[in-house]
Amino acid sequence: MTKTNDPGGGASPPVAGEAGGAVTLNVIVPPRHPGRWLAVVILALLALQMAQALAVNENFHWGVFWKHLFHPHVLRGVMWTLILTVAAMAVAMFVAISLVVMRDSDNPILRGLAWGWIWFFRGTPIYTQLLFWGLFAVLFPRLSLNLPFGPEIIGVETKWIVTPAMAAVLGLGFNESAYLTEIFRAGFKAIDRGQTEAAEALGMTRTRIWLRILMPQAMRTIIPPTGNETIGMLKMTSLVLAVPFTLDLMFATNAIANRIFLPIPLLMVAAFWYLAITSVLMVGQFWLERHFGRGHDLPATRGLS
Amino acid sequence: MNAVVLQGIHKFYGPSGTGVHALRGIDLTIAKGEVCVAIGPSGSGKSTLLRCINQLETVSAGRVYLDGELQGYTEREGRFHPLPPAKVAAQRRRTGMVFQRFNLFPHMTAAQNIMEGPVQVKGLRRSEAREMALALLARVGLQGLHDRYPNQLSGGQQQRVAIARALAMEPGVMLFDEPTSALDPELVGEVLDVIKDLARSGMTMMLVTHEIGFAREVADHLVFMDQGTLVESGPPRELLANPQNPRTRAFLSKVL
Repeated sequence: MTKTNDPGGGASPPVAGEAGGAVTLNVIVPPRHPGRWLAVVILALLALQMAQALAVNENFHWGVFWKHLFHPHVLRGVMWTLILTVAAMAVAMFVAISLVVMRDSDNPILRGLAWGWIWFFRGTPIYTQLLFWGLFAVLFPRLSLNLPFGPEIIGVETKWIVTPAMAAVLGLGFNESAYLTEIFRAGFKAIDRGQTEAAEALGMTRTRIWLRILMPQAMRTIIPPTGNETIGMLKMTSLVLAVPFTLDLMFATNAIANRIFLPIPLLMVAAFWYLAITSVLMVGQFWLERHFGRGHDLPATRGLS
Repeated sequence: MNAVVLQGIHKFYGPSGTGVHALRGIDLTIAKGEVCVAIGPSGSGKSTLLRCINQLETVSAGRVYLDGELQGYTEREGRFHPLPPAKVAAQRRRTGMVFQRFNLFPHMTAAQNIMEGPVQVKGLRRSEAREMALALLARVGLQGLHDRYPNQLSGGQQQRVAIARALAMEPGVMLFDEPTSALDPELVGEVLDVIKDLARSGMTMMLVTHEIGFAREVADHLVFMDQGTLVESGPPRELLANPQNPRTRAFLSKVL
């Protein structure tokens, strides 16, 4: 016995139901949104006016903008800004993961060290830290491994190791690590205690539990704020003139601007590139979120067997 | 040979003397191939006792032996020296545990959940582990669901995957911590059937459960616990039909 409700008018054709009976799907009329269309029209008009105001305004010197957009120094600045961002975030993540494990450790010395690191690097301004790293070679001219109060075993001039680029990466990375640690810690804390117990019951060692069970699950909650931090780091690299490191994007555009006395178009060049890189990073974040969301972001199809 | 021997187990939470005294001197022996079921009111220490067997809880006093080996410590001249974490992890391979809340790894499919232990702990090749996982899934009646993530499975299916995951380590003793308490009533049966099959296959097991009827059917040895003590134990039919202790009688009159 089949039963169909005739919705009247343009009824949809019956589809095969599970028990072999015909099911007529409800005809759903999509609701209209006239207000949205009105908003689109108004916003489009506003955008056009703004675009026009920008385009015809001579103070923006669009010719200068286009001329310098792909200037070799600017492109080199883009490259260095990217290198600094990636390297500093890599350092920060490595340190942060170690600190998270240390803070969770049974060993009170490790816990204390991690706490102290976060306290210091989060508590002092990044600009001051970068100045300090720039002066590191002056404060400690020679890095060496000595016997206690004894002769030097191996040593090297500091300036060969802590170059301006290295100082910039370490300065930015160590500072960021303090913030990332708290983000990572929140991610790990959000995982149900039962996950660790289940892994322990299988006989997994602590390291494997971290790598195989906790880390992939924590990633899901860690990625969005870490993406935030990465984009923040991209722009924080403009502070490296404190070291001084002089090859990054902001320094490059500023240098050109100071030479030709036209700061606005060069600021626009810098903004364009920062925006472009941010866009690429956001695409990367999307893919990462999708990867680590597996098993969670699926539509639950409970009880199908 | 006894698979599990518990001697004088005490467990304190918090500082001993002032903290909660969860277990108050438990002695229990489970022979190889025997099914021991613990019943009792909530907070009686059944789950804590179970978790002491695979060292998810450390005992405050007493000794846990699996296959005659002291768990968690080496004992020298009357003092206990904790084993290093790697040794504890190795000892846990003797036992498989099934939890009340399943605790499947949500970022892995059913097959990957089952493969995780054999591959990561035993170093089995992925292809072998996968074959094993598929066979175990068939054994718990879930063939074809190997690619499902836990949140695509019903509670009963998840618990059966969890059982398969524990079996994949080929443990000598299986521990079940209220395996059906978090399930919808109509899903309890499918999980209990799997456990019954296991019991029939001669697996040594200890179960904590509220399903008295099931306990009667599957247990070789029933123990009743209350307030951290083992009040009464014996063959299930005798104990359930003719409880000697007034606390056992009071409990059974409420649940039967």
